[in-house]
Amino acid sequence: MTMAWKLVCKKSDLVVGAGVAAMLNGEQVAVFYVPESENKVFAIGNWDPIGKANVLSRGLIAHLQNEWVVASPLYKQHFVLNSGKCLEEEMSVPHWQVKLEGDDVFLASI
Amino acid sequence: MTSTVSFLTTKPHLIVIGNGMVGHHFVEQIIAQSGHEVFDITVFGEEKYLAYDRVHLSEYFTGKGAADLAMTDGTLYDEHGVRYFTNSLVTEIDRAEKCLLLQNGESLSYDKLVLATGSYPFVPPIPGHKRDNTFVYRTLDDLDAIRACAQKVTRGTVVGGGLLGLEAANALKNLGLETSVVEFAPRLMPVQLDDKGGSVLKGMIEGLDVKVYTDTATKEIVDGDNAFHRMNFADGSHLETDLILFSAGIRPQDALAHQSGLVVGERGGISVNNHCQTSDEDIYAIGECALWNNRIFGLVAPGYAMAKSAAGHLMGDAGVTFTGADMSTKLKLLGCDVGSIGDAHAQSQGCKVFVYQDEISQSYRKMVVSEDGKKLLGAVLVGDNSYYDTLLQYYLNAIDLPEQAQALILPSMNGAPAALGVDALPATASICSCHNVSKQDISDAVCHGALSVGDVKGITKAGTGCGGCVALLKKVVDNELLALGVEVSTDLCEHFAFTRQDLYNLVKVEEIKSFDDLLHKHGKGHGCEICKPAVGSILASVWNDYVLKKEHISLQDTNDRFLANMQKDGTYSIVPRIPGGEITPDKLIVLGQVAKEYALYTKVTGGQRIDLFGATLSQLPEIWGKLIDAGFETGQAYGKSLRTVKSCVGSTWCRFGVNDSMTMAIDLENRYKGLRSPHKIKFAVSGCTRECAEAQSKDIGVIATEGGWNLYVCGNGGMKPRHGDLFATDLDDATLVKYIDRVLMFYTKTADRLQRTSVWMDGLEGGLEYLKDVVINDTLGLCDELEARMQHIVDTFQCEWKTTLEDQEALKTFRQFVNYDGDDTNVVFVEERDQIRPATDLEKQQLIAKVG
Repeated sequence: MTMAWKLVCKKSDLVVGAGVAAMLNGEQVAVFYVPESENKVFAIGNWDPIGKANVLSRGLIAHLQNEWVVASPLYKQHFVLNSGKCLEEEMSVPHWQVKLEGDDVFLASI
Repeated sequence: MTSTVSFLTTKPHLIVIGNGMVGHHFVEQIIAQSGHEVFDITVFGEEKYLAYDRVHLSEYFTGKGAADLAMTDGTLYDEHGVRYFTNSLVTEIDRAEKCLLLQNGESLSYDKLVLATGSYPFVPPIPGHKRDNTFVYRTLDDLDAIRACAQKVTRGTVVGGGLLGLEAANALKNLGLETSVVEFAPRLMPVQLDDKGGSVLKGMIEGLDVKVYTDTATKEIVDGDNAFHRMNFADGSHLETDLILFSAGIRPQDALAHQSGLVVGERGGISVNNHCQTSDEDIYAIGECALWNNRIFGLVAPGYAMAKSAAGHLMGDAGVTFTGADMSTKLKLLGCDVGSIGDAHAQSQGCKVFVYQDEISQSYRKMVVSEDGKKLLGAVLVGDNSYYDTLLQYYLNAIDLPEQAQALILPSMNGAPAALGVDALPATASICSCHNVSKQDISDAVCHGALSVGDVKGITKAGTGCGGCVALLKKVVDNELLALGVEVSTDLCEHFAFTRQDLYNLVKVEEIKSFDDLLHKHGKGHGCEICKPAVGSILASVWNDYVLKKEHISLQDTNDRFLANMQKDGTYSIVPRIPGGEITPDKLIVLGQVAKEYALYTKVTGGQRIDLFGATLSQLPEIWGKLIDAGFETGQAYGKSLRTVKSCVGSTWCRFGVNDSMTMAIDLENRYKGLRSPHKIKFAVSGCTRECAEAQSKDIGVIATEGGWNLYVCGNGGMKPRHGDLFATDLDDATLVKYIDRVLMFYTKTADRLQRTSVWMDGLEGGLEYLKDVVINDTLGLCDELEARMQHIVDTFQCEWKTTLEDQEALKTFRQFVNYDGDDTNVVFVEERDQIRPATDLEKQQLIAKVG
């Protein structure tokens, strides 16, 4: 199976230990740079379905029970960076596969 | 021609007809008991959707989609091999052959059958009731049709002023229609409320611009002169309206029972016994189609209880019987609280009634008690439901009422009995009525290892229905944990087994300068949203580094990270410092100009500053650049730090001022503005005892006297207001500052994370007197150090926005998107009173619909 990888930004555009927002095919993506993790970079939707605003990229990254999550800056629900799943409510946000090549950050739909 | 479908299986075939909330709950229950291993299970739903949350149906109009309301996406069914069919109508039951006939002509045999067909809305047979633009309020399809119609018309009317009718009226109002409610009975919510309660509710609803007609019968519906319909009433009056929504009650969906000859009630409903079996022992009926003891239960909780008992019986457990259900309800209708418990109409023999009515705040409360005054039999609440939970527990558990029982519905005053402690509840007390979870169920869950509300929710489902019981649930869980002797952990989080005060000391003593170092030496894992900001704050209060330094940036909560306050739509507000509330005309003009240039909503805050709302992330540096150029400083409105020092004009201008409160306020604000504290702190300075600056409600309050300054400490506004305590009197300027230095630094060193000064002082053993000893008498010998630490903070202050604007690396994080220059299209403003405000969900939908 082939994946459609899209270049979204340079690694230097990311913020260590935090998120930034990117636009991918008209969709807002929250891209997190977590050097301590296995993935290094994660990408989930930027839309917080509970707070109803495009803010997940601005939440704090947390490591809870061996999972990397972001706490929404609005009402503090946690979303798993690997899957987009919300820990408190039965809902999820989209997530993307991430690939690093040199300084380039690529995303692909899952 | 019919074809017969049979399955290659030896397991008996269980069919569930109906996939509403109760039908779905039944499937969940049977799966939970491994019923899918015993039975082959098939589910038929008539709608195109799988089960969805009808209790929160109205939220479909306020932004929730079908997927949000869905109770399952089919995964649960797939995982357990349950076949399910939507859009499928069962037309006949052949009990002799034990098979079903489907609308598409197929037939299907069953061994056990569960009818969960629910109910349908009753439409009174008024001539004209089938005209166009008439609706019922039951399914998502109904709501789609109502929304489509509402977009084209201006007036809507609900026929029926019961619970659902009022909810429907709320929906019509939210859709922007001029809304009326027509009720046949002499009052609103005739089932749950008494006359007085109904009339108070009517007044409140009319106050919200909804016209209410009670005691009104509709004779016919004909063409209107100025609107689509004209409703002619029995008394000769009439009402013109474009849309009519019937909500005049429900009727059980029992057609299949009639057709197949099952026993049904005189006024409908499939008769069932305590196991929810119908007159045919292989057929069960549950939910709103079932008639138990000649009663139909039109709420979801009894339906769930029936599902549980039918599932239990099918699995061979005859112990879980359905023996009726409590119909008490609590809800918010059009923003008005309404509660009804038990015998609301005081029909029990010999009962007595207490009534409390407050026409000013529009509230009405009634308690119905037994003849001897010992037990609560019923209650009615309109306007304030904060009394509901306690009353319900007295009622459900037949707890003896306190001596002054009437105080349970009186506004709180000294001597009133306290709310019922969870200790007083018997083990059988129902905590979550949606899922019928008792206190015993919760303590069982805790005994089996559930250590948090989240765990208990997962095991018992308590709190996952309407959510109204969560506060009580938390109390019960905490109480159970304590009873088991489980130590209530003081660890900051799973990464640090220390309190904030421990961490503060570690940082200071070991001269730790970064989160990573602290985590490496004293913690584990990688940190979370609790320990990161707490440590960030400690590092800032000890070393006072720039908070957006590369190694600190990932510790900052969103407001600290972007040096502005995030608002509900993801935009930010900007609050420059205005020390003491004193501002030059030039600066005031700059604020106005900036607000105008960026079209920011502008408001004077409660703390004498000016708040500019609606700036996008990428606008922040630009706007702050202009403000800094005009001489403003960051207002720290985002930080856990000193927010404002409020002041009056004092002796400078005021006829009564005895001292210069303005200069003192400005000096104090400038002195402490760089301090990072466990919680936000506020000061005020009043120039005389008239107290125009309201200093006694602040963390630090200063009031001028003939002899100097009086110092008040540890007051606060907010959720639980508390007046400050008088700490010292008639101080000179230098002593005042010295004492404040010491109090604030002692607080910063020793308080818990996010602990206000008031809570902190209450927690000090010895309280105010102890604090006085430490600060005034220096009993701990700490005062020199406290002052020195504060002086360090004062000397190292930097305006974070100024530093940020000079740091290209830091500025990069203010881009809206890393790879795109556009804006967030979800940020939409509308105008109100000549300024912007965020559009509501509904407004957004309408605006987008217009554009589309």
